[in-house]
Amino acid sequence: MSHQMAGRSPGGPGGPGVRAVRARLPRRASAAAALSLLLAAGCGDTGDGGSGGSGSGSGGTLTVFAAASLTESFTALGKSFESSHAGVKVRFNFGGSSTLAQQIAQGAPADVFAAASPATMKPVSDGGDAAGPPRVFARNRLVIAVPKDDPGKVKAVSDLSRPGLKVVLCAERVPCGAAAETALAAAGVKVAPASREQDVKAVLTKVRLGEADAGLVYRSDARSASPQVKGIEFAESAKAVNDYPITVLKKAPKAALAGEFVKLVLSPQGRTALTGAGFETP
Amino acid sequence: MLVAPALVGLAFLVLPLVGLLVRAPWSTLGTRLGEPQVLEALRLSLVSATLATGLCLLLGVPLAWLLARVPFPGARLVRALVTVPLVLPPVVGGVALLLVLGRKGLVGGWLDAAFGITLPFTTAGVVLAETFVAMPFLVISVEGALRAADLRYEEAAATLGATRWTAFRRVTLPLVAPGVAAGAILCWARALGEFGATITFAGNFPGRTQTMPLAVYLALETDPQAAIVLSLVLLAVSVAVLAALRDRWVNAT
Repeated sequence: MSHQMAGRSPGGPGGPGVRAVRARLPRRASAAAALSLLLAAGCGDTGDGGSGGSGSGSGGTLTVFAAASLTESFTALGKSFESSHAGVKVRFNFGGSSTLAQQIAQGAPADVFAAASPATMKPVSDGGDAAGPPRVFARNRLVIAVPKDDPGKVKAVSDLSRPGLKVVLCAERVPCGAAAETALAAAGVKVAPASREQDVKAVLTKVRLGEADAGLVYRSDARSASPQVKGIEFAESAKAVNDYPITVLKKAPKAALAGEFVKLVLSPQGRTALTGAGFETP
Repeated sequence: MLVAPALVGLAFLVLPLVGLLVRAPWSTLGTRLGEPQVLEALRLSLVSATLATGLCLLLGVPLAWLLARVPFPGARLVRALVTVPLVLPPVVGGVALLLVLGRKGLVGGWLDAAFGITLPFTTAGVVLAETFVAMPFLVISVEGALRAADLRYEEAAATLGATRWTAFRRVTLPLVAPGVAAGAILCWARALGEFGATITFAGNFPGRTQTMPLAVYLALETDPQAAIVLSLVLLAVSVAVLAALRDRWVNAT
């Protein structure tokens, strides 16, 4: 587009540009046809999802919205769910819990929502989008993540206030950021962060690449990035333990399957997967 | 035959903007706009987009000249490489910048060791990220203008004794000024809206690296109303500037 604009201006408006457009007309018409096909296909798809709605059908796709920190453990659980339910596909949408809650409130077609904090679950259950009361299935606490060569020589939470040390935290408004504020306040440590990242995985990336000397992430995240990232436990993180609630959504296209997936997460097998990933379970 | 899809296309482009306007919290707009964080993000956005455009002009115009005027082996490959940031997801661009200019990066490691300069988490990092994604717009635009410009003027200047640099400065550049202006405007608009490379490379800190698009995204996490207000500001600023500049520069010929 920029090319055309620049090319046309010296020749005056409507010179070579117009001829080029005329020559391309048939192609545009076929593009329009392709677009309408695409739209039709899109409609058909949603229609299908709706008709399979009430749910005890054997096949179909289960859509799970889950907090970014659950990426590893839920992906593993999803695989095992697929192998025990023939023909079922589990599709995950991992992201910041509050973004996911927003998407659900705006009508995103999800079956299950697993959030990283009760605060981000609240708008969903208060808004009448949850099929039942959310249940806590995991707990996570913060650790100090440092690159494996530990360039900032961080040993304890008090080191984080050292001037010149590049510390990265989550934004105050996302659950890991709120937990970081609470834990740092409990430790009496004042930190001037270099950046407030949009979610916990972004903090982890900055540490993993060695751009940050330290960051506060969940224990499960530090474990997932081992051995490039070392997790240092600190006692004050006990003041900011995050509960992870899960619920089936009221408008779930696959309500029955959704219930079974939640059951799997709460089962001993689910607990094993979660503790293996660094979570504590209730 | 063509009018119907044209109207659908128009509606598709315009309706989301209408949605923003309809859902805007008009009654509290004034107080929300006055919040220091909004003004800070807006100031940072305008400053960094303008600096990035300047940097693009400084580096991009000579690059466009090279591609348009100097035949060299591998020119096609270079042209393709120049346009890569256009198709690259900006987040990938941000990661690539980290790997090169980050503290542990190929060039960044040397910058840190030799001069103590680190770019991530700084406003300079924001400008670099924006320059990376926006420069192709300028290069393509200026190169197109250079190719369309009549070579005979430059040749005439050369026969009258002008050096290559004088001919470029006094003849070529004025000739392609509309193309340069159009490119600079596109470049500025792209830099203003830059999100992925910025948040990946420069991080997010109010007043230092939090530009408007980052503020919109973060606000969406908790306060969608604030995000709408911020989006409206960005929309108003870009529409105003694009309209003003296009009338003045692009249609001037």
